[in-house]
Parts: sequence; C-alpha cells; structure tokens
Amino acid sequence: MNEEILIIQRLKKYYPIRRGFFAQEPVLVKAVDGVDLTIRRGETLGLVGESGCGKSTLGRLILRLEDPDEGTITFEGENILSFDDDQLRKFRRNIQIIFQDPYSSLNPRKKVDFIIGEPLAIHGLARGKELEERVVELMKVVGLRAEQRFLYPHQFSGGQRQRIGIARALALQPKLVIADEPVSSLDVSIQAQIVNLLLDLQSEFGLTYLFISHDLNLIEYVSDWVAVMYLGKTVEWANQEVIYDHPIHPYSEALFSAVPTTDPLTKRKRILLEGDVPSPINPPSGCRFHTRCPLRIDFCEKEEPLLNKRPNGSLVACHVR
Amino acid sequence: MAAPLLEIQGLKTFFFTRKGVVKAVDGVDLSLNEGETLGLVGESGCGKTVTALSIMRLISEPIGRITEGSINFEGKDLVAATESEMRKIRGNRISMIFQEPMTSLNPVLKVGDQISEAIQLHQDVSKKEAWDRSIEMLRLVGIPSPESRVNEYPHQMSGGMRQRVMIGMALSCHPKLMIADEPTTALDVTIQAQILDLINRLKERVGSAILLITHNLGVVAEVAQYVGVMYAGYIVEYADVITLFKEPRHPYTVGLFQSIPKKKGSAKRERLQAIPGLVPDLLELPKGCKFQDRCSRVFQRCREEAPLLLKLNGSHQVRCWLYE
Repeated sequence: MNEEILIIQRLKKYYPIRRGFFAQEPVLVKAVDGVDLTIRRGETLGLVGESGCGKSTLGRLILRLEDPDEGTITFEGENILSFDDDQLRKFRRNIQIIFQDPYSSLNPRKKVDFIIGEPLAIHGLARGKELEERVVELMKVVGLRAEQRFLYPHQFSGGQRQRIGIARALALQPKLVIADEPVSSLDVSIQAQIVNLLLDLQSEFGLTYLFISHDLNLIEYVSDWVAVMYLGKTVEWANQEVIYDHPIHPYSEALFSAVPTTDPLTKRKRILLEGDVPSPINPPSGCRFHTRCPLRIDFCEKEEPLLNKRPNGSLVACHVR
Repeated sequence: MAAPLLEIQGLKTFFFTRKGVVKAVDGVDLSLNEGETLGLVGESGCGKTVTALSIMRLISEPIGRITEGSINFEGKDLVAATESEMRKIRGNRISMIFQEPMTSLNPVLKVGDQISEAIQLHQDVSKKEAWDRSIEMLRLVGIPSPESRVNEYPHQMSGGMRQRVMIGMALSCHPKLMIADEPTTALDVTIQAQILDLINRLKERVGSAILLITHNLGVVAEVAQYVGVMYAGYIVEYADVITLFKEPRHPYTVGLFQSIPKKKGSAKRERLQAIPGLVPDLLELPKGCKFQDRCSRVFQRCREEAPLLLKLNGSHQVRCWLYE
C-alpha cells in the first residue's frame, strides 16, 4: 500500500457571522466541523456531498488559503499549520488546485503564456527563454497548441480554458492536486475529454488527486477511495468499490440511490430523504443527519457518532449501523 | 388516432445579431400527445431552450424571430397567434418552469400572492378562492404546513422548496402542457430525486403533457417516455426512451452515452470515449451535416448534403446518412 501523503485529523473551521446589533455571542457557521481523511500517494480520493457540506472549504484549508480553528493537517510527515511564510511558499509548490469555473479563475486581461508561466516566475524556477519553453511544453501536455499562448482566455471555449487551468496547476510539478468540481461547468461531451486528460496526467506524473465533485458517477469512475461529507463532517470513508456496493451510513446509502440511472429499464430502489439539508449555522444536535434519517433512534439526537472501523474496512460514523 | 396535443413542424428561430444570423433553432420537428412526457436533450447552445421559448412565443423580437415553421397546439398555430391570444394560453394552457427558481419567482411577493395571481388571471374566481387554491397547490407539491408557508417569501425557502412552488404555480390552472427547462439542474442530488419523484407522481395525477428540457440523460431516463436529441439547432435522433437508450443510432447520441462514466463491470478505468472537438459556431455552420467535424463515421456525402430525418423502426428517427 502506498504511503500516506496527506493526513487530516479532526479539522474544524468556523466562520463568525454577526447577527443583529445586540447579539452577545458571535454566531458561527460551522463549515467544516470535524473532518478526518487520509490520502495516499498516487491515488485519488473522491470527496462527495451536497452543496454547503464543506467540500470546498476543506480544499481551501489544505492549501492553507484559510487557517483552521482546530485539528491538524500533515503533508509528507510535516505539520503544515506550523509553517512560517517562507516554508509556506515552498510548501505551496507541492499542492495546486483546479477550480470549477474556468471563466472566473483565469485573469481576463492576461495572455495565456503569462497565466501558465506566472507560477514558475513567482517561484523563481524559470525565466526568459526557458520559461517560454516550459509554457509551450505544458500547453502540449494538456492538449493546447503552442501558438495559442498569445491569446486571451475569452478566445477559448470552456473546455480549453479548463485545460489552461490544468496547465497552470501542473506548472510547479505538484505532488497533490485538488480538483474542485473540475468538469461540472462543462458539457457532457467535453467533460469526458477533461476527465481523460486528468487521468492521463495522473499516470504520467504520478499525481495524487483530491477530487471534489457532486457527480457520483464521475467519482465512482475516477476514485480509489471515497469520503462522504454531510454538514461539515466525514460520515463515511471507504474504498471506492466497497462504498458503491455497500454504503453503510444511511446518508451515503440515500445519496448513492438518488443518482439517476442511465438505464430506463432498471428502476433503482430509491431512498427519498425527507426535507432539506439543515443550516450549518445551527446544526442538529447529536448526529447531524438524524433529522432526515430513516433509521434514527432516540440516542442519535443525544450523542454524536464517531468514525469507527467496520468489518469491511470502511470508517463510518453511525450509531444504528 | 387523435391529433397530437403539440406538433412542431420545420421550426426555425433565428437571431439577427450584428455578427450575423445565429441559427439557434434550425428545423425542429416534434410531436407530443396528451399526457405524454418528451425529453429534449442536448448540450448548451443546441437550441433546447429557444425551442421552448418559441412555443411560448417569448422570443424577444426584433433580434430574434421565428422565421419558418408551425407550432400546432390544440389545433391552433401558435406562430400565427396574436399577443392577446398568447396571453390566454401562457400560464393557462401551457405553463413553464425554469432552471433557477430564485430568479423566476418575484422576491418581494409572498408565494401565495404569486400563485393566486396566475389563477386569477386565467380563471374567474374570487381572491379568497384563489388563495385557497394556492394552499391546495402547495399541498399537492408536497410542501409541509402549506397554510403557513403560503405567507412566506421566496428567500425564506430552500432551493428545492422554491422549485416545488414553481411547479405548483405552473400546475395551478391545470395546463395541458408543462414545459420544464432544466428543472433539477440547480438542485442537489437528494433534492433532485425528490423533485423527479414529484414530477412523476403529478404526471399521473394531473395528466398534463410534459416537455422536459435537460442535458442530463439520467434525468431523461427517469421521467420521459420519448426523447429527442438536439445538436446545433435540430433534432438528430428521436425515439421512445427504451429504444434510444438501448439502441442509439446517431453517432452523436452514441458519443454522448460513451462519454458518461460507466458503472463497474467493465475493466477498471477504461478510458472514456470522448467526442473530439467542439460544438460548431452557430454563426458559421458547415455545409452538410453539422456533426461532420466531430463524427468518427463521416463520409463524402455528409460534407455535401444536409441529412434528413430518416425513419427507422416504429417511431425511431435519425438524422444521419449512414441509415439511408
């Protein structure tokens, strides 16, 4: 088994929001509220969950774009939360991110050669002729033509822009790439092109991916491991094949059953959850899922379940199962 | 056999822009019987939404115009209908729900007032009756405690609840046809499952025909009986849902299915069969078949002659010279 490249333990991030002039206690949005994860070198961890469950915040915490309130993040054996500015700059070369929206994540006033070359320039890794050669090489790797480097982002289609974003992320030869919904703003036929590219790059450069998506078919396809988040917490974390065949947590079970099938003949038995995801401002007591859980017992309201290991190797936070 | 509820023939809707003529809808033929559900699938810019807006006659003139074709609905050609005739049809005989329920509801009116407005506009009922009907509609679409939620404003509701309100409003006058434009795209999977389940249940109960527009083949498989696949302004394949999913014929439809990540069973990480290239620019469409540059089975005739919609077995039709 590959070594662990990233270990996250009990990670929490709260955002204060002010509510009313006379409010005494600051009101907190508990965006990430106890996440445990491990990613192994060269593998892909798929992170799934519905909007507002804290997936993207988690990505930002790993990059240290935000500092967590509690918990630890260990990358290659080092605690990244203790890094000073200098160490942090060096560390950031190792982790890069690909964003969801290729329209807003590229500077519209800069040409592509600047966008892709900027990380190299910032880190002082290449300049002049060498920088240009590296940019051309990166563009070839992601399937763009060298002469396109003098164009602006608006002259590209969505799929091509996402390729630019990928080239920029790869410029520093990172070890871990966080792909935050990398294809969800693209059309189906273009999605497949980008997914193929990401998988090719993984085998070519031995990349490790944290793949964030709400598309469960895609996660099944790309992931070695899958973590399911609900309202800021990891509720289940398992091998991809195990979790898709036998999800244990009732939320994972309902989530996987809700995916529309592309086969009109096999009507899947669907578990319809009641109601909506509660607000992370005042999450339910005990198990956060108890308000919608078909299996809830009284105890679920009182005590918060912890992740523990099941016979099939999955880690699950549930009292009932 | 009774005449279809909706029959579109040779519909062309063009937009006359400074850069040239954008052929957004370029020869769409469709028919839909009472109580049936037709899924219209395709990628962004293929003309799905413009087709729907043409049926509702909501194309903003003079930039956009229906230049050719007919839209027969209940025996009347909507293309020739006057604005006042259309006003009687919209929201009454044909209603529409949109992708983003936040922007299509009025933020400063209570949801009850918005539903009542639609009811009072089309039916001769008192304010009180309309209000009571609004509560009934909210109950029908599965909103808990409708008597109090009817007094809420859209921002007090979640995305799924708002979409339920939209559906309730769309059905409030018992339309013959409901057009749903990407009704679940903005919603999370578990909420999407709730809304699809609701649409399926209401279909049986209310009996409206549904034209469902989506880019998600999974959603089509769940809800539709018939499917039309659109590409660059026209229908490239039409069939009942089982035939289309089991035996897709048009190379574009085949490509769409192959680009979806497959379930297990096949070898792990088999590469996805992506469709190469990009959707053609609607300003500069190639001569002949519009899919020719991305098609793996292209031959000489495709480059010269635009393919016709050819009949295969039963209702199955495909716009491709391979099948002549």
